[in-house]
Amino acid sequence: MSTTTTHGVAQPAAAKASQARPRRGLRGNATLNFWLFTGPFLIGLVIFVFVPIGWSIWLSFFDARYTVTPSHFVGFDNYKQILTNSNFPDSLVTFTLFAAFIVPTTWALSLGLALLVNRLRFMRAFFRSVFFLPTAVSYVAAALIWKMSIFSGVRFGLMNTVLGWFGVENIAYLASPNPPWYWLVILTLRLWIQAGFYMILFLAALQNIPAELYEAAAIDGAKPGWQTFRYITLPQLRATSTAVILLLLIAAYQAFDEFFNIIGTKATWAQTPLMELYKTALGSSQDYGAGSAGAVILSLLICIVTLAQGKIMGFGRGEESK
Amino acid sequence: MSAMSNSNWSRRSIFRAAAGMAAAGTLAACGGNNGRGGGSGSGKQLVQYFHAYGEAGTEQAIKRYAKAYSKADVTTNWITGNNFEAKLFSSLLTKQAPDVFEFHPQLQLVKSGQVADLSDIIDPVKDDFNPADIKSHTVDGKIYGIRMIDDPQFFYYRKSMLEKAKVDVPTTLDELLEAAAKLTTGKVKGVFLGNDFTAIQNPIIWSAGADTIDANNKIAYHTDGVVQGLKQLRQLFTSGHVLLDAPTDFWDPSSLDQGLCAIQWGGMWSMPVMQKALGDDLGIFPFPSIGSKGKQSVYNGGWSMFVNAKGENVEAAKAYVKWLWIEQKKYQEDWATSYGFHIPPRTSIANSATKLKSGLPAEGVKLFTDYGHFDNIAYDQTMQTAFADVIANSVRKNGNPEAALDACDKKVDVELKKLFG
Repeated sequence: MSTTTTHGVAQPAAAKASQARPRRGLRGNATLNFWLFTGPFLIGLVIFVFVPIGWSIWLSFFDARYTVTPSHFVGFDNYKQILTNSNFPDSLVTFTLFAAFIVPTTWALSLGLALLVNRLRFMRAFFRSVFFLPTAVSYVAAALIWKMSIFSGVRFGLMNTVLGWFGVENIAYLASPNPPWYWLVILTLRLWIQAGFYMILFLAALQNIPAELYEAAAIDGAKPGWQTFRYITLPQLRATSTAVILLLLIAAYQAFDEFFNIIGTKATWAQTPLMELYKTALGSSQDYGAGSAGAVILSLLICIVTLAQGKIMGFGRGEESK
Repeated sequence: MSAMSNSNWSRRSIFRAAAGMAAAGTLAACGGNNGRGGGSGSGKQLVQYFHAYGEAGTEQAIKRYAKAYSKADVTTNWITGNNFEAKLFSSLLTKQAPDVFEFHPQLQLVKSGQVADLSDIIDPVKDDFNPADIKSHTVDGKIYGIRMIDDPQFFYYRKSMLEKAKVDVPTTLDELLEAAAKLTTGKVKGVFLGNDFTAIQNPIIWSAGADTIDANNKIAYHTDGVVQGLKQLRQLFTSGHVLLDAPTDFWDPSSLDQGLCAIQWGGMWSMPVMQKALGDDLGIFPFPSIGSKGKQSVYNGGWSMFVNAKGENVEAAKAYVKWLWIEQKKYQEDWATSYGFHIPPRTSIANSATKLKSGLPAEGVKLFTDYGHFDNIAYDQTMQTAFADVIANSVRKNGNPEAALDACDKKVDVELKKLFG
């Protein structure tokens, strides 16, 4: 691509030649090719991403109840409202705690699974598939199974039945926030669904580590087990780990489905930022102004965190950083 | 080895098939089902939105009524799941908005010009309606919705269980707490108030002798009685005598039917199913009184028809609503009494509804008349959500009720200021 560009720029006469040999000319016209290939994507991006973002910012300065074409300008009132007189700030704290827990645990679990599956001598394909399968399950379906069958509060819920054998009283996992059993429900569900997918990523990375490295380490006297893992495997997985952590963070930011279905909107705990915004804008209050103000704040936060993470972990810096 | 590659091949083909199906699903989703059927009928196309009623036959009934209308082609969107409001309100902003929809009276819907003034079609039969149902739909002398059904909510109880435990029907919240304790056995919990306790968020206000907001549109729920009620509910919540995390919520009769609890909060709509399951072993009572100033209460909820004022076919929609919910008394009675039990808001129909004349349904009607509180159109969803947080924070969570009510006041005041200046 870069050679074609210099070609086109260096020889303006190519335009004439293009009439004689159109196929070559098409290849030579870099600008046209650029728009041809990125155009459709760019149009989609503008319509489905940039326009809504712009619209959202505009809405956040208006009194937009039951309408997305408001006329009453209110300045920063919506921001004041969502930051001081709503549950949105609390939800940011909830989410941060959630992310701080789920990201490292999923990372560790999927890496552990990958290491185990990688060492298997037989039934490898079977176990790989078994652990990967939950990825195909929708969060909503899984949430309903977790809520109504496994962690149901009545005596015939699966967990309560099992605990009942040991004489433990029935536990209401979701109704009562103290002790916060609901985290057990949510975290196990998310781990179950996510771990398999990231395990596959790690598995691919593990298989890409050259065997020579381990041989050389063994010759140099590195003990198999922790030492080899710490100084060979883990550094070799750096790029994958960074990507996995970034993906996990994004997934945690977008957490909605299982919270919405398991906790519901009639609680004041375990409400993710998206749920609060959903309640504000799309729920029964229909306050698109305040909802948009929250969305703008959330977008800014995501931008900052992603940039900071890129700075610290060097995601996307490419090969030269090695 | 050959077996290995063979298994690889088959797995890949499975993934390919799965991917193909996913792609097909996406394409099918693009098909654009906007709820408007192919224009086979004569005249206008109308779309109506209903939330999914739980009783068998309700969807078929609504579609049957619509089919009988000759002047327009009416398509029904029967919205399942628990987010009817979200689906309705977001669709109202788009071109696919319904022309006719059911909801509860909401001042905000009127103020934003979302619902059409229906005074001209209701006025001729206004006297036939329950005055409270007219009042709750009236803003500045104009009537904005037609009440289809009134749904009183009260407690159901198993007579046999109360007799066995030697418990009288509770009339105060204290007695309810005691009864719950006595009725709880190894397998049965004393009482079920719904999974998140918000079903009784209005009754505890009324039973404590307070009101949601008063006639001058000022906060009226923040009283000592309500605080006491919240504290007692917290006591009940932590007592272990209340059914929590049940598979179904208060609006479904299953918890009582399946013997998970002895007393359950519910709606009159559940009565036919409960009677079928439990026979005569079933009684009802209003929400018990709280504190010295309290009195028993029943929440008269219900559903009303509204016409989308921003739709393209306002006149046709009004004509349809007038035909079905004003003129077709047979259908109205069928809708109110043939599936779940509801109280017809129109006196003439209520008088002829024989199913509600005797036995337990008649008792339900009596509770509705004697203890019932209707919706206040100005106590809107934002305020109700704010009060739901009070329940969450001070009943399910161990928060201070005063602090929770203060936080609620702040949100409600902002909303009141927006509505009334």
